[in-house]
Amino acid sequence: MENAAIIGIGMTKIEANKVRETFADMVWEAVNKALNDAQMTINDIDNIITTSNDFWDGRTISCMAVGDASGARNKNVSCVEGDGTFGAFYGLTRVLSGSYGTTLVTAHSKGSESISSLITNAAFDPIYDRSLGMDMITACAMQATAYMYRTGTTSKQIAQVSVKNHGNAKNNPMSQLPMDITVEDVLNSEMISDPLHKLDCSPVSDGCCAIIIANKDRALKYNDKPVWIKGVSFCSDSYFLGDRDLSKAASLTKATNAAYKMAGINNPKDEIQVAELYDAFTYQELMWLEAMGLCDDGKGSELLENKYFDIGGKLPVNPSGGLLSGHPVIAAGLIRIAEIVKQLRGEAGKYQVHGAKLGVAQGVNGLAGQSHCVWVLGKEK
Amino acid sequence: MGKKRVAIIGTGQTYHKSHRPDVNGQELIHEAVSSALCDADLTIADIDAIVIGNMDHFEGINYVDCWSVDGSGGVMKPIIKLTTGGTTGSTIAIGGYHLVASGLFEKVLVIGWEKNSESDTTGAITTAFDPVWDRLVFAGAISGLAVEAQAYMARYGATDRDGARVSVRDRKHACNNPHAQLRKEVTIEDVLASPMLADPIHLLDVCPRTDGACAVIMANEDVAPKLASKLDWIWATSSRHKYTYIGDVNWGELDSMYNASREIYKKAGIKEPNKEISVIELYQPYSFAGIIWIEDMGIVPRGKGAEYIWSGATDMGGELPINPSGGVIACNPIGATGLIRCAEAAMQVMGKADIRQVPDVNFAISTGFGGCMWTDMILHGQKKPDF
Amino acid sequence: MSENMVIDSGNARQPFNYSVGLYGSKFFKELKENKRFLGVKCPKCSKVYIPPRKVCGECFIETREFVEVGPRGKIGSFTILRYAFIDPETGEQKPVPYGYGFIRLDGADTLFQHYINISDENKVKIGAIVEPVFAENRKGTIRDILHFNIVD
Ligand SMILES: [Zn+2]
Repeated sequence: MENAAIIGIGMTKIEANKVRETFADMVWEAVNKALNDAQMTINDIDNIITTSNDFWDGRTISCMAVGDASGARNKNVSCVEGDGTFGAFYGLTRVLSGSYGTTLVTAHSKGSESISSLITNAAFDPIYDRSLGMDMITACAMQATAYMYRTGTTSKQIAQVSVKNHGNAKNNPMSQLPMDITVEDVLNSEMISDPLHKLDCSPVSDGCCAIIIANKDRALKYNDKPVWIKGVSFCSDSYFLGDRDLSKAASLTKATNAAYKMAGINNPKDEIQVAELYDAFTYQELMWLEAMGLCDDGKGSELLENKYFDIGGKLPVNPSGGLLSGHPVIAAGLIRIAEIVKQLRGEAGKYQVHGAKLGVAQGVNGLAGQSHCVWVLGKEK
Repeated sequence: MGKKRVAIIGTGQTYHKSHRPDVNGQELIHEAVSSALCDADLTIADIDAIVIGNMDHFEGINYVDCWSVDGSGGVMKPIIKLTTGGTTGSTIAIGGYHLVASGLFEKVLVIGWEKNSESDTTGAITTAFDPVWDRLVFAGAISGLAVEAQAYMARYGATDRDGARVSVRDRKHACNNPHAQLRKEVTIEDVLASPMLADPIHLLDVCPRTDGACAVIMANEDVAPKLASKLDWIWATSSRHKYTYIGDVNWGELDSMYNASREIYKKAGIKEPNKEISVIELYQPYSFAGIIWIEDMGIVPRGKGAEYIWSGATDMGGELPINPSGGVIACNPIGATGLIRCAEAAMQVMGKADIRQVPDVNFAISTGFGGCMWTDMILHGQKKPDF
Repeated sequence: MSENMVIDSGNARQPFNYSVGLYGSKFFKELKENKRFLGVKCPKCSKVYIPPRKVCGECFIETREFVEVGPRGKIGSFTILRYAFIDPETGEQKPVPYGYGFIRLDGADTLFQHYINISDENKVKIGAIVEPVFAENRKGTIRDILHFNIVD
C-alpha cells in the first residue's frame, strides 16, 4: 500500500476509576503525550479524528466533549463511533486521500461512569433479543462454550491466558491489573457466566489513547522513528448470534487475510513477531490467534502451554498485559496499535520483544467479535 | 493506490414519513440501499465497504454498524460507523469520500438513517449537551436556534416575516419532491399564525420529525466513468466542528459555516460563489438560518440575507436556487438529513432531479449542520476536478 | 396482514456518574458555599472562560488562573419557550412559558446558559442587565442558580 506511518503515540494510565478526570482531561493528557512523542505541536496536525461511543459516554454526540482538548477548534475534524482501530482506519484514509498530511486520532471511554452490562445490553436487537437480559459477557460466554466444544480447549487452558497476561502487565506501568496469579486462582475465582470465571474476564476501565498518522512526505519530518503501516483491513460478520458459527471468527479471518495481502505477508506464523490482540476474555486470545492464522486452528492452547506466546516465546502475544489487564472500551484497540508501535521502536522497556520488526494489532466492534479491524505494522518501509 | 478522485454514481432515498411502523430499522435502511443500488445499476456484491451513521439515542441501539448489517448489506464486508449529531449525514458522505479517495476501496456505500418516531427527539437532543454544565438548563434544539435568530435580528433588524419567507420558499419547493414528508404550500400569514414555539420561531419555521433513510454510492475515477454515464464529482469537503461548549458560540453568525465555505472556495478556486455555484442544498433546520447562513457563506454581504431572499434569487428559477428538494423544513430524518442534502445536490449535478431540476448545474454545494453550531460542507461538480 | 406492532422499551434507563473534573468541582464548591462564579483565564489570549475548563480551545494551552466573574451580567441572546417538552433529567414536562438565554457575566468572554425570569416580558432584551437568584439549599449543581432576574 501507499506509504503512511504512525509517528506519535500517547496514552493515559489505565485505571479502574479516574473519578477526578473528565473525558476532555484524559484526551488532553493523551494528545499532549502523542505530540511530545512525535516532536510536533498542534500546528503540525492537519486534521483530527476522535473516537467515542454515545452509549458508553452517556451522551448523544459524545465527540462534542473532546473537541477543544483534541485541538479541533479551527481544524477539520470527524468522529468514528466504534473501537479505536476503526477510528485510526478512517484517520489513515484521510491521509492517503491526499486531503491531509497528518491525522491525530484519539479514542476514549470511562467504563467507571456507567453500568457496563446495561450499555452492552443495548447492542442487542430491541425487538428480538434485548428483553432476554443478555449482555457482552453472556454473549461471549456462549461463544466460549462453542469454541471450547469445537476445539476441545479446556477451562484450565484458557485460564493460562489470564496468568500470562496479568503477569506481563507487571512490566507495564500503564496497566491497571498487574498480577501474579496461578491457573488455580483463575479457576477458583467467581463464576460469572459459564464457562467464564471472573479472572477470565477483562476489568471495567477508564483510559484514553492518541496516535498521529502521517503520509510518506511528512513521516520523517518530525522524528526518526516512524512505524510504517503495512496492511490494514476490517470486516463484519452477521449480526444475530444465531446467524453465525460462534466458534469461529470468519470476519476476522477475512480482514486479516486482506491486511496480510496488502503487507505482502505470505506466512504469518513465521513473519509476524509480536501481536497485541483484543483479549476481552481469555478464550478470545486463542480464538483470534487461530482465526488470524498465527497458529493452527484449535492448537492455540497447546502452544500457550508450551510458552510459545510468552514474551520470550516464538510469537509473544499481548506483552503489554492486554485487555485482561485493563480494558477501556473504544480506546482498547488504539492502545493495541500504540503497544505494537512501542515494540517496533524498541521502546517497550521491560516487556520489549527483542528484535521485533513486524507486528499485528487488532480491534473489535460489536458482540462476541462481530466486526474486526486488523493492522499490520512494520519497522521498515 | 493513493489519491483518487471520487464521483457519486447513484443515490437512493425512502419515502420519508413522520412514522414508519410498517418497517423496523434494518428494513428502512434496506429500502434506501436497494434504491441506491438500483440507481447505480449495481448489486451489493459490487460494494467494497460501507459507511453508516445515525444518532444513537434516537433509537437506543448501541453498535449500529453491527446491528444494521441485515439491512445495510454489511455481512462479511467492511462497515464503519461515523456519528457527529445533526452533521452525521454529511459526515458520513465525507467519510465515504475519503475511503474511496484513499485508494483502499473502489466503490463505497454510504447510509444515513433515523427513525425519529421511536423516541422523544428533544429529550435525546438535550442529552447531547454537557451533563454537568449544559444539560440541566438546555432547552432543546429549537431554543438554541431561537437564540441565534434573536441575536441576528437584534443586530440587523430582520423580522419574523423575513424568516417566514424562507419557510414559504422551502415548503413550496417540497411540493416538487415526492420523497419529502411535508408537501403543502403555505403563506407568510400561515407561518406567522402558527403557534409560537420559542420567540421568534413559529411552528411552521422549523423542521419536522421524520423516519427515513438515504444511501449514496461513490466510486473512484478508474471505475466511475464505466459504471455511470452521469457523474457527480466531489471537488472538496470540509468539516468544521468548532465549539465544545454552547456558551462559547458567537451567536448571530455561524463561524463554522464561514470557515467551511472559505476552505471549499479556496480549494476549488471559487471567487464569486453566488455566480459560480448553481444550486445549494442547505441543511437549514429552521427558516432564519436561510437568511443568516447565506451571509456566512459569502453569497451576500452581512445584513443583506433577507433582501436576497425576498428578491426571489433563491427560488426555483432564480439566480441561485436553494433547497429545490424542500430542504430540512420539509423533511428531517436526522442521521439521514445531511446525506439527503448530498444526494439531492448530486442529483442536480447529474441532471436526475426531475421536476425539481435546476438547469445547467456546474457546481452545487451541500451542507450539514448540527452539534454545537457545527458545519460540514461538500462541493459537487459536473466536471472532473483538475487537482 | 396483521397490524404493525411496536415494542415499548418500558422504563429502561442507563444511569451514569459523570465526572465533573477539578475545574468544575472548584466552580461548584464556590457556587454552593459562597454564591460566587469562577471562570478561568487563558494565559495566552487572556480570554476568560465560563464554564471553567482546562484547555483554551483557541490556543490549545492549559488554563491555570481562576478569576471571579459576575454575579451580574448582560443578556447575550435569549428566547422565551412556549412549547412544552419532556425534560430528560426528570421525565416530566417543564411548564411553559419560561425564559432561556445566554448571559455574559461581568468579566467573562463566553456566555453562561441559564433561565431568565420573564415576569415582565418587555424587559427581556439583548443587553439587559441581569443578576442571579440562588437556591436556598444548594447541592453543587447548575441548578443552585434558580434563574436570572432582570435588573431595572
Ligand atoms: Zn487562549
